Amino acid sequence: MSDLPTAARVVVIGSGIVGNSVVAHLAELGWRDIVQFDKGPLPNPGGSTGHASNFIFPVDHNREMAALTLDSQRQYEAMGVNTTCGGIEIARKPERMEEFRRRMTSATAWGIDAELLTAAEVAKLVPFVNTDIVLGGFFTPSVSVVDSLRAGTIFRERAMELGALKTVAGVEVLDIEVENGRVQAVVTDQGRIAAEYVVVASGVWSPRIAAMAGATIPLTPAVHQMIDVGPIPELEATGNEIGFPIIRDMDTFCYERQTGGSMEVGSYAHRPIFHRADDIPSIKESRLSPTELPFTADDFDQQLEEALELMPDILSTAEMKYAINGLLSLTPDGFPLLGETAEVHNLWSAAAVWIKEGPGVGRMIAEWMTHGASEIDAHHSDITRFYRYARNDHHVRARCAEHYNKTYGIVHPREQWASERNIRCAPYHARTQALGAVYFQAGGWERPHWYESNAALVEHYGIEDRPHEWDARWWSPIMNAEHLAMREGVGMIDLAPFVVFDITGPGALDYLQHLTVNSCNVAVGRSVYTPLLDTRGGFRTDLTIMRLAEDAFRVVTGAFDGPRDAHWFRTHLPTDGSVTFADNTSAYATIGVWGPKARALVESLTPDDISDAALPYGSTAEVLIDSITVRLFRISYVGEHGWEVYVPSDNALAIWDRLWEAGQAFGVTAVGAGVYGTTGRLEKGYRLMGAELDGEYTPVEAGLARPKVKAADFIGKDAYLAARAAEPAAVLCTLTVEDHVSPRDGIARYMCGSEPILTLDGDRIVDGKGRVSVVTSAGTGPTVGKFLLLAYLPPEHAVVGADLLVRYMNEDYPVQVAVAGSRPLFDPDDARMKG
Amino acid sequence: MSGLRILVCVKRVPAPGAQITLTPDARAVDARNLAFTTSPHEECAVEAALQLVEAHGGDITVLTVGPPEAEEQLRFSVSVGVQHAVLVSNDEMAAGDDPDPQATARTIADTVRTLEAEGDPFDVLLFGNESADSGGFQVGVRVARMLGIPIVNGIKGIDLADGVLTARREGDAGFEVYRMALPAAVGVKEGINLPRYPTLPGRLRSKKAEVRSIASTTEPGGLTMVRFATPTVELSETVLLGAGASAAAAVVDLLGELGLA
Repeated sequence: MSDLPTAARVVVIGSGIVGNSVVAHLAELGWRDIVQFDKGPLPNPGGSTGHASNFIFPVDHNREMAALTLDSQRQYEAMGVNTTCGGIEIARKPERMEEFRRRMTSATAWGIDAELLTAAEVAKLVPFVNTDIVLGGFFTPSVSVVDSLRAGTIFRERAMELGALKTVAGVEVLDIEVENGRVQAVVTDQGRIAAEYVVVASGVWSPRIAAMAGATIPLTPAVHQMIDVGPIPELEATGNEIGFPIIRDMDTFCYERQTGGSMEVGSYAHRPIFHRADDIPSIKESRLSPTELPFTADDFDQQLEEALELMPDILSTAEMKYAINGLLSLTPDGFPLLGETAEVHNLWSAAAVWIKEGPGVGRMIAEWMTHGASEIDAHHSDITRFYRYARNDHHVRARCAEHYNKTYGIVHPREQWASERNIRCAPYHARTQALGAVYFQAGGWERPHWYESNAALVEHYGIEDRPHEWDARWWSPIMNAEHLAMREGVGMIDLAPFVVFDITGPGALDYLQHLTVNSCNVAVGRSVYTPLLDTRGGFRTDLTIMRLAEDAFRVVTGAFDGPRDAHWFRTHLPTDGSVTFADNTSAYATIGVWGPKARALVESLTPDDISDAALPYGSTAEVLIDSITVRLFRISYVGEHGWEVYVPSDNALAIWDRLWEAGQAFGVTAVGAGVYGTTGRLEKGYRLMGAELDGEYTPVEAGLARPKVKAADFIGKDAYLAARAAEPAAVLCTLTVEDHVSPRDGIARYMCGSEPILTLDGDRIVDGKGRVSVVTSAGTGPTVGKFLLLAYLPPEHAVVGADLLVRYMNEDYPVQVAVAGSRPLFDPDDARMKG
Repeated sequence: MSGLRILVCVKRVPAPGAQITLTPDARAVDARNLAFTTSPHEECAVEAALQLVEAHGGDITVLTVGPPEAEEQLRFSVSVGVQHAVLVSNDEMAAGDDPDPQATARTIADTVRTLEAEGDPFDVLLFGNESADSGGFQVGVRVARMLGIPIVNGIKGIDLADGVLTARREGDAGFEVYRMALPAAVGVKEGINLPRYPTLPGRLRSKKAEVRSIASTTEPGGLTMVRFATPTVELSETVLLGAGASAAAAVVDLLGELGLA
């Protein structure tokens, strides 16, 4: 007789740190009838949790990951399985010391104590480090090791004490039944179990499990090598599991972590070694466990030499007693894979999670399943963030191969991928290429960021270069020159990456009204910009909707949020067939034509009336350019008069050419996304999803609340009304940098984003909801002549003229609040755009 | 005597888990996810050699007959302290054919003669009692016979004094003790010692060590491998009778069923 019930409200597949955390948090949020199983035995079923190094370095440049890690560390501490030992990242190269200054800044932002050490100070804490090769260290006293297996047991016990959970070991999943796109049951070697929800917390096996339901969990099992060296008398003398701070030898991508009398040496330096979920050996076939594969010694020899060089006194005589190729999960962009899968309703992914964020992820998933959103915004981790091209093995492996060796790498915030390029190109790509476009990737699209053919404009406008290589990396003064040229004449901007959804049918208006904050019940030919909220009143997305007919709406959203938004729209479609959702992104290309001469340029090409009277700001109409029908949309993200020109893809090359040729008479400039997304946008104070806007902030705080609230009900309305009734805990502000000169070396520096804003006393600013003030976007405002930062500030600091500091690379620069709220710094009355 | 000269013969074998998966043609173990290792008895033979040399001085040569990949096992021996490594191979072995015990023994004996012709004779030849994969129990005995030296198998203790090797074997009633004049051969059994692991410098040194390669010209022996078969495994089931005092009644019942109560 099997112990497996025949039905459950939730089935959680996997008893690693993630599955265990999910069941505890679900139970504590009131869920009952949870069944959890794993094919391995408890408490260590043989997945990656069982061989994890179990240490936590809390400092991360990314806010979401830092928040998940800190939450996890707090949970481990509360369970009594968190041992604080401290951790030192050491530098062998000068550029690493600069990275440590950046890490100090992130530590300040997230409120984590940290300190820069000299080599001698490193040796004081860890005397067996060879300081001859060490330039310095970044010390985080709160680094800890945790007992993740014990934590898992405690999590399960908590759920069981609430009468919420049954856990069964030794159950193998054979199939997942799906009907009408919704999960129905899990078929196992011990019988079928019907389930309303299924959570895949199966670590490296997750892609295999999801595939049974026709869903994708885009990760690859990848090898992380580690060895255990001992016995070492100096370590045995500590008499405990860990008595010395963990060393991360950042420039060799290795770490050295005491485990009792031995030293564990682990590496992210070796060649990428990937496996496939289907080919991982079974428990019985494995000599150790399925995720502890045979050590391939040749791949580790370089690391042995480097470890010996770093700790010669203790590593020369000790023996290598244990060595594995441990499996862990890698994803194309390095972030976890969380949330409901794109393909199957109620099939949730809780995968690609490391020990350091496991408990926090469990809480996030449980809150998300319970309330429709989580306290910590899941924007980066949301599994629906991937386009179709990014959800297959080829892409996963290409990207993981590229970033594996960056695990300890110094990654620039604007860094572009080298692999998987030219996947999506605009129909007029050859034209932008001929103009010397430097492409950044946006939603897989090759999008011109600036054009080298505009290099002469730099001198023309007297644009200064950035003197520090880091600040100038993935940046060009040409962007600022393009900006000024557009403001003076006319620019053409490639907007092919725009995501276009056509929503039609008799139920279309009601359906949209239920999703949007602002009313979609506008006249045909008019448009609405609106936030979409989650149930907690935070941003799910923001986008623009055109009403093309009584029952036809065109939704336009950004390239980076296309798949997430598509999932949101699809999830909420009525089942009665009254609304049709079509993703027409590939059917249209969009070209932005903006600037004081935009009207003259477009008018020279069309016989139709596009006057202010016929096509006022915010309206849309189809017009002819020669024999080709295009849709003009009178709107701008850069604060200029002009249009987004929507063109069927097959006509797009012809339209680009006509605009370009006619534009010569008007001095048209090809303008890149550096202007569209940064300089033009910031001068206008426009908010960007994923930067200023996310689930942790409300439209009121973002300055996007309109004077009136529409009568129709919509998702998040109650929370929205509550936010309007209360004083905002933070106000989104535009700040100007008042002095760029580094106090340390006298070089002018330019922030990249995510730096903390501090009081003049150098204190971190935290609002009434516990959120810290950091730079959400940073960039030059060439027309206003200032370097601009956007940041949420508590009301007491959100005062125009208030003097504050921004910390960049561990140095403070004076900043001033220029705008509190959404009023643009450039052309505050929108006269250029609307006139 | 300027120190002992010891030869240890080792074999490269797969290191499987509880369940061994065969290739589709059933002529090999599916080793895609398996490591290869030195057959455990032979790992102990290497350790025994290291201890003898540590006590009496001398040097150790490790020899394997097998595919070119067996170099990995030779280097492992070097990484724990062995001085010389010899790989004897040929195209058949490279293609994955395991030579039979007769052919292996002949190859080893020929190689020993070659090595001894170049320098000093070996004082001690150490073998594993049997290999972990094919388990023929023959190679050591055949080699000793071919070279005309004494051998004892199943040995779990070796001492050396005054040119006499004392070997201890566990028997049903106690220990059997053998004394042999050198040169002599011994088939070592797991348990004789706890083999050491390589140090980091040892591993790095072994990477640079020279492995001598000798082509095997030995004719095949009389045994031919047709295919492997996996024996049916008797599945055992674990029944949890209970926890703490509440399990007592069930234990009593069970002892009764087994006729022990």
